[in-house]
Amino acid sequence: MVEDEGIQRYIAHAILWIGIAIVAFPVYLAFIASTQDNAVIANGQMSLLPGGHFLETYYQTIFVGTSGSTREPVGMMMFNSLVMSLLIAIGKIAISIISAYAVVYFRFPFRMTIFWLIFITLMLPVEVRIYPTYKIVAQLHLLDSYAGLSLPLIASATATLLFRQFFMTVPDELLEASRIDGAGPFRFFWDTLLPLSRTNMAALFVILFILGWNQYLWPLLVTTRDDMQTIQIGIRKMITTTDALTEWPIVMATAVLAMLPPIFVVVAMQKLFVRGLVETEK
Amino acid sequence: MGRPAASPHPRLMQKQSVFRSKLLPYALVAPQLAVVLIFFYWPAAQAVIQSFLLQDAFGLSTSFVWFDNYRDLLSQPDYFAAIARTFFFSFAIACSSLSLALLLAVMADKPLRGGTIYRTLLIWPYAIAPPVVGVLWVFMLHPSLGIVARGLRNAGVDWNPLLDGNQAALLIILAAAWKQISYNFLFFLAGLQSIPRSVIEAAAIDGARPMRRFWTVIFPMLSPTIFFLLVINIVYAFFDTFGIIDTMTRGGPAKATETLVYKVYSDGLLGGNLGGSAAQSVILMAIVIVLTAIQFRFVERKVNY
Repeated sequence: MVEDEGIQRYIAHAILWIGIAIVAFPVYLAFIASTQDNAVIANGQMSLLPGGHFLETYYQTIFVGTSGSTREPVGMMMFNSLVMSLLIAIGKIAISIISAYAVVYFRFPFRMTIFWLIFITLMLPVEVRIYPTYKIVAQLHLLDSYAGLSLPLIASATATLLFRQFFMTVPDELLEASRIDGAGPFRFFWDTLLPLSRTNMAALFVILFILGWNQYLWPLLVTTRDDMQTIQIGIRKMITTTDALTEWPIVMATAVLAMLPPIFVVVAMQKLFVRGLVETEK
Repeated sequence: MGRPAASPHPRLMQKQSVFRSKLLPYALVAPQLAVVLIFFYWPAAQAVIQSFLLQDAFGLSTSFVWFDNYRDLLSQPDYFAAIARTFFFSFAIACSSLSLALLLAVMADKPLRGGTIYRTLLIWPYAIAPPVVGVLWVFMLHPSLGIVARGLRNAGVDWNPLLDGNQAALLIILAAAWKQISYNFLFFLAGLQSIPRSVIEAAAIDGARPMRRFWTVIFPMLSPTIFFLLVINIVYAFFDTFGIIDTMTRGGPAKATETLVYKVYSDGLLGGNLGGSAAQSVILMAIVIVLTAIQFRFVERKVNY
């Protein structure tokens, strides 16, 4: 294009950097706070440069936890979060890919009814069915368990749709060919379809892992024991209502630790992340 | 524009050649079907049934009361205020987040040096969980120790979101909009990149200045993306702000930040009125159904990536 490119380009760079600053500042502040002394922060005298308590604070956060409000080390919470998010992500992918396989590659009574039953769950997010679901999980004795944390979230209309859509684009010739080779439904799935779905599965996994790691409302309801808390729940309990007791450096270190895994996933696997995000929103 | 090429079998639900097996397909759908029936439909049905029932104070007998629970609910000024507040929050969050994200996306769409780095630096906040967002913003704007709050006070603003409901609401809106910037940015950028360069160049040759070009050419071509994002942002503001509200204000002060989802949660914690709580859930369900229907009816395949 033709016009005053120079100035416009500077303006664009400037606006983008301002945007990045807006986005990054709260996170930077959290990191800074996690390296400073609680008394200094509580006085409102915090500086904008890192302090000298980095190792001490993170050691205490991960292995000990706060001295008052929560008794569990954050390392334990991170482990719980990790187990929950892996169960959710892998579980969703596993049960969705096989149901999509059934719907696309088999003909059976109630095929479409089942497809719609799965599809309509899109309209039933956990927020609209919290207490009745809680009751069922309690009756099944799944409170304070990994199964209780993950099972009720594990159905996935979007993943099922995505795999169905993808299977529809797989050429019919592949099925014919593997049939000629004498492959049954299991071998075709395992040897042909699964390898073809690898990128889709990876993209989906990235999104679902972040989604699982960031779950909040559901873990809040189903975990009562301190040693079953996820990191997102732990952080809320650290902010005590009586402000004076809040140990801010530890709270902020926990916030940083809670952000690290999903941010790492987004940045390190950016291509897959973008693909997953765009695919799942279709 | 804005739509990907049609897939080879757009309407067809199934392959021409399939496997023959009576039991296997049922075994394959069984796990998902079990989860869906036990944890989705059963509780949803419970909520619907419960919303028509009234339990006496001791939980000994229940009676069918038609729409009484709904009538009670809708006659509470509290509930009405929560509805209005939720819509206002959604509107404010969507508008502020969308406009900032659009500005950034338009800038990042220019052929700049380091363009991909900008994208990386702008999309990572997507990964931050709502409760963590809440904690970050509480800390920044905490009346006694927040670093931004200190600046506000020095500028003469009487800042105390712990007491002032409007300030608390503003805090929630800012934090929620902040989190959504990266998501909106990503989709706007995708939308912009799908606009053919030739169209923009043609407008430039016709002598349209950049601003004019944006409003008369680019903006209209982005409208499917904008509409799609509007729906997504409303859904986000309705449901995903729970974690932000819970860590920042817990619905307070004096319910100034209580949204519909937060109200279901906090009323439920108090226990008691099962029918009323169920009626709240059913109304939320209706809202989700409407939003999802809009999304599928009007927002076809959104953006082209």
